[in-house]
Amino acid sequence: MASIDYPLERPEAAPREFSFSESLYKWVATVDHKRLGLMYMVSALVFLVIAGIMASVMRLQLAVPNNHLVGPATFNRLFTMHGTTMVFLVGMPIVAGMANYLVPLMIGARDMAFPRLNAFGFWIFLFGGVLLYYSYLGGSGLSGAGSAPDVGWFAYAPLTEKAFSHGASTDFWALGVLVSGFGSIASAINVIATCVSLRCPGMTLARMPVFVWVMLVDAWLVLVVLPPLSAAQIMLLLDRFLGAHFFDTQFGGSAVLWQHMFWIFGHPEVYILIFPAFGTLSEVIPIFARKPIFGRPAMVGAVVAIGFISLGVWAHHMFAIGMTSWSNTFFAAASMLVGVPTGIKIFNWTATMYGGKIRFAVSMMFCCGFLLQFLVAGLTGIMLAIAPFDWQLHDSYFVVAHFHFTLIGGLVFGVFAGIYYWFPKVTGKMLSETLGKWHFWLFCIGFNLTFIPLHFAGMLGMPRRIYTYAAGRGWESWNTIATIGVFFQIAGIACFAWNVIQSVRSGKAAGDDPWDAWTLEWATTSPPPEYNFEKLPVVRSSRPLWDLKHPQDPDWKYD
Amino acid sequence: MAASAIVPPSPELLESEWKTPDRGKVGITFLILTETSLFTMFVATYLIYIGKSLTGPYPKDVLEIPILATICLLSSSGTIVFAEHALEREELGRFKVWWLATLLLGLIFLAYTGIEWRHLIYVDHLTISTNLFGTTFYSLVGLHASHVIVGAVFLTLVLVVTLRGFPIATQKRRVMFLSWYWHFVDAVWVVVFTVVYIIGR
Ligand code: HEM
Ligand SMILES: [Cu+2]
Repeated sequence: MASIDYPLERPEAAPREFSFSESLYKWVATVDHKRLGLMYMVSALVFLVIAGIMASVMRLQLAVPNNHLVGPATFNRLFTMHGTTMVFLVGMPIVAGMANYLVPLMIGARDMAFPRLNAFGFWIFLFGGVLLYYSYLGGSGLSGAGSAPDVGWFAYAPLTEKAFSHGASTDFWALGVLVSGFGSIASAINVIATCVSLRCPGMTLARMPVFVWVMLVDAWLVLVVLPPLSAAQIMLLLDRFLGAHFFDTQFGGSAVLWQHMFWIFGHPEVYILIFPAFGTLSEVIPIFARKPIFGRPAMVGAVVAIGFISLGVWAHHMFAIGMTSWSNTFFAAASMLVGVPTGIKIFNWTATMYGGKIRFAVSMMFCCGFLLQFLVAGLTGIMLAIAPFDWQLHDSYFVVAHFHFTLIGGLVFGVFAGIYYWFPKVTGKMLSETLGKWHFWLFCIGFNLTFIPLHFAGMLGMPRRIYTYAAGRGWESWNTIATIGVFFQIAGIACFAWNVIQSVRSGKAAGDDPWDAWTLEWATTSPPPEYNFEKLPVVRSSRPLWDLKHPQDPDWKYD
Repeated sequence: MAASAIVPPSPELLESEWKTPDRGKVGITFLILTETSLFTMFVATYLIYIGKSLTGPYPKDVLEIPILATICLLSSSGTIVFAEHALEREELGRFKVWWLATLLLGLIFLAYTGIEWRHLIYVDHLTISTNLFGTTFYSLVGLHASHVIVGAVFLTLVLVVTLRGFPIATQKRRVMFLSWYWHFVDAVWVVVFTVVYIIGR
């Protein structure tokens, strides 16, 4: 690094004031990956609040036995809309949003590969979400039955056939989710083309940040497994509108076929959802432990392995339908196998922290929460993958506890870690650490209060999707505790919301690189200019900013 | 300003020697991947439901092997390659001829499907709701035909702009992507043909 004849100061452009209609136009007509990424994230958070309110109503209903806060029909709609929203309108836009915002910055690109396709993806996703929610108004259809869909987020056939599901609610479910899926596919194609084609000079695949690798594999999974869901939904719509018989058992159709197609999508989908958290941890932990990530090639290899193995385990959701014992054995064994790369990841994150100079910033605390909770979730998952064990606990609250440990304890914690880490980059303002710690502890305590007891309720035989239950089966106290936990979670989220509002209004200026980090997104201003980098960076190792800050001891000497 | 604000270019790595794959090629490849996944589901469903219809008409009673249509569609994969070659050598006249031939072959295929369906519906009384055979037949063949229609629309678009004097030779990349898509639609037909008209009968 002998001579840098490169300007170290950038000219500051004076920020111009925009009128309301001007800025509205800028947002609506934008093809900038950062604005689209933010729009994805904000819509995800809005849907998170909506679906969270639904969950809270369900928890209030279940707090005590024989409760009549909501009736059975409303309850069915609540859990259907809650599950569908959380998966398709919260989890999926988080995937697209984080990839959109961060991938181009991390690989030193100026935008995504297809910016207009990107904008199309966002708007069609949002349209799908609106279509789903329109069912509250238009779901009754001509025959005047139903409002929002009530068939569960996996919409098992033949319950969804015309004969059993009148009105248009199920059509809104199928169409809304189908349409929002096009958005996910558009964004996945974009992420792959961006990672492959727009890497800055020197950014070889081996030097690509682990986050980018994870999102690359995530996009692959979306492209391979979303079409099976779309196919199933198209068939369902053909059944309902044209009188086809795909899932119509009276004409020889098969309800099990729907389950297969749904879970061929559904199981890889859970990995699609957790990957943004995996990527975030792989970036955040090294920075706050001040150590390069442990076993980088193993981390990338594990993600790629998950990208393939997870395609072959879907029928562990279907042990209870009575498969052959060969199928049971195969899918049980495959499910154990997918635990191996996941275990490698947990091990390597922990090993990254081991012996590091750990700084417990809020972001790092969420990572630690993730590690413990996701470990528990993985263990209950392995338990459920044992077919005879699953026969006992399928469709019980044990399953509900398992997947909420993955999705809240894992995904949501990981996403909060990411928000606390990248918020300064996105807005140029720091979030308050004090409020953040309140957020973390309230949310962590609340989450565990809600979902640890549900394991026990499930083992005591409480089935999922019941709107109420009789007293005297030993379920009451577990359910009451679970509902109390919700209040803590709400308090935690309130701290977060207040933190964001405070910070945007009057937060401390963040500067370009508040965490002393190593990847390229910290090499530009906060927030980054529309073109990201005025000169495309050139990198020589996986930690370009480390090289820059330590010219005597750069990484590329050892690569 | 933090020192990290700018990553200096390292002396030995100049931007000019850095090559990554064409983003359009990557995009269209993965579009084809995701379409393949979609078709796989419909094909698998067709295979699973072979022989499961509770009532007739059955495939062996009503299906004719669409030899002419198949020949047309498959040879259109050849003509589009000839068109591309002509465009490569900037021979606009030849390009137009081969391109038109591709489009016409595609349209003949679609016309044949139309006639086949008309016959099945009005003469053999097989609709999508008659039995499982009808359900799977119309949806699989229809899904493929809808892809042919999309391809034909784009073929027409290229033809029209070329005839109106647009310098199509500046768009060789896009023409190539369209031809990849068209090859894909052809390849899918080979599978659909085998499954529906050979195995299914
Ligand atoms: C505020 C915290 C949350 C609470 C209190 C909560 C509570 C619930 C309840 C009560 C159910 C219905 C159980 C039943 O079948 O009777 C449920 C289902 C479900 N939740 Fe949550 N949930 C929360 C957050 C989340 C998040 C963040 C996700 C995903 C990212 C999620 C995904 C799901 C899914 C996929 C289902 C299954 C829906 C179904 O099978 O019908 N939940 N949750
Ligand atoms: Cu699974």
